[in-house]
Amino acid sequence: MDNERNIDVTVNGRSHSANVPARRRLSEFIRDDLGLTGTHVGCEHGVCGTCTVQLDGETVRSCLMFAVQADGAEIMTVEGLADGGALHPIQEAFWQEHGLQCGFCTPGILMTVHEFLLENKGPLEEEIRHALSGNLCRCTGYQNIVKAVETADRLWER
Amino acid sequence: MRPPPFSYADPSTVDEALDLLAQHGDDATILAGGQSLVPLLNFRLAQPAVIVDINRIADLAYIERRNGALEIGTLTRQRAVERSAAVSEACPLLGEAVADVGHVQTRNRGTVGGSLAHADPTAEISAAVTALGGSLRLRSASAERTLTPDEFFVSNLMTAIEPGEMLVAVALPVWPAGTATCFNEFSRRQGDFALAGAAAALTFGGDGRIERAGLGLLGVGDRPFDGAAIASELLCGEKPSEAAVQAVAERVQSSVDPLSDIHSPADYRRHLAGVVTRRALQGAIRRGTSG
Repeated sequence: MDNERNIDVTVNGRSHSANVPARRRLSEFIRDDLGLTGTHVGCEHGVCGTCTVQLDGETVRSCLMFAVQADGAEIMTVEGLADGGALHPIQEAFWQEHGLQCGFCTPGILMTVHEFLLENKGPLEEEIRHALSGNLCRCTGYQNIVKAVETADRLWER
Repeated sequence: MRPPPFSYADPSTVDEALDLLAQHGDDATILAGGQSLVPLLNFRLAQPAVIVDINRIADLAYIERRNGALEIGTLTRQRAVERSAAVSEACPLLGEAVADVGHVQTRNRGTVGGSLAHADPTAEISAAVTALGGSLRLRSASAERTLTPDEFFVSNLMTAIEPGEMLVAVALPVWPAGTATCFNEFSRRQGDFALAGAAAALTFGGDGRIERAGLGLLGVGDRPFDGAAIASELLCGEKPSEAAVQAVAERVQSSVDPLSDIHSPADYRRHLAGVVTRRALQGAIRRGTSG
């Protein structure tokens, strides 16, 4: 049994090795240890969705996992979407459709939409709203987020 | 808040995990998907000295047909159940119920066993296991036992799991051909904890009469409500009718013992118990009689 562990993780294609306390959550590891502050932390109990990242290609709440559990895993955060200065088509679509206001929820929404659109082409509005239900946005009323997902579906060749 | 400090172990076999549980007893908590435990840690409502993380035990994640039942390993992710062809073929009720558990992001991590062992009375999986008459297999370092849902679910967040024990699998009997099922729940927003829900299973004979009925409710008491006796008495031996469905709904309504909380007064939950019972039964009848 350990109070801390050495872990090896790949984040956005870069490998990292670090010694972390067992109780360090993945969200804290990403933000505080790796300095990738694009992943936001809101409710800290898995409800708001802003801390959503992808773990081995699946969306997870990074506030509900410990960094030690990610040992050996591949993680993608919002910083992994853009290709240098070129926005990812999902980001492009959110920009075009004004799919964000304050932007606090946006990182989690982008990660969720990335997984959703990889699995669904040409989704119905109802399916988009269902997919977004695990991410809370308190500014937009979701209208432009839904439009942005529809636009991203068209822009993203996949 | 940050979780309190704890010692961490991530055994790679069930035996190692059970040894750790035997050694630490009450001080140890099992971490599966973490979708209920980690919020409790973040709020410091739980402060275990030792966390035994079972996520590296690959043997505990499986969905298999065994002896006329569909057996699901405790670590099987809810998302895997949702996508499983074996589940939609043998136990579609469970697949339908799981789709209403939280959100994709929590189902990607959340496990079947974790939900059952957490024993939140609003859990969809618990209601489906109750409706289908499932059985829960527990192991400790020295023994193994199998419990019915009635024996397993004790009260709000309390099960019959003893210190040193672990829920290792749930087995769901595969109901015969001619069975139709339906899950229905009411929640204010998609993915919220439901205020009430019902899982129904009905087996129709060749003559269209109902031969067997299962019914499990969530959110209407301190543990899943087993409505099989009520549904069997009022539905079996007859062709389905709106009057019989209504009679089951009314009997369920007067039998449940819902709690009042910040989300809903008990009376409203009692009302919903009837609503979801009716909807789940009507759904199963529609599916079972549409040819």
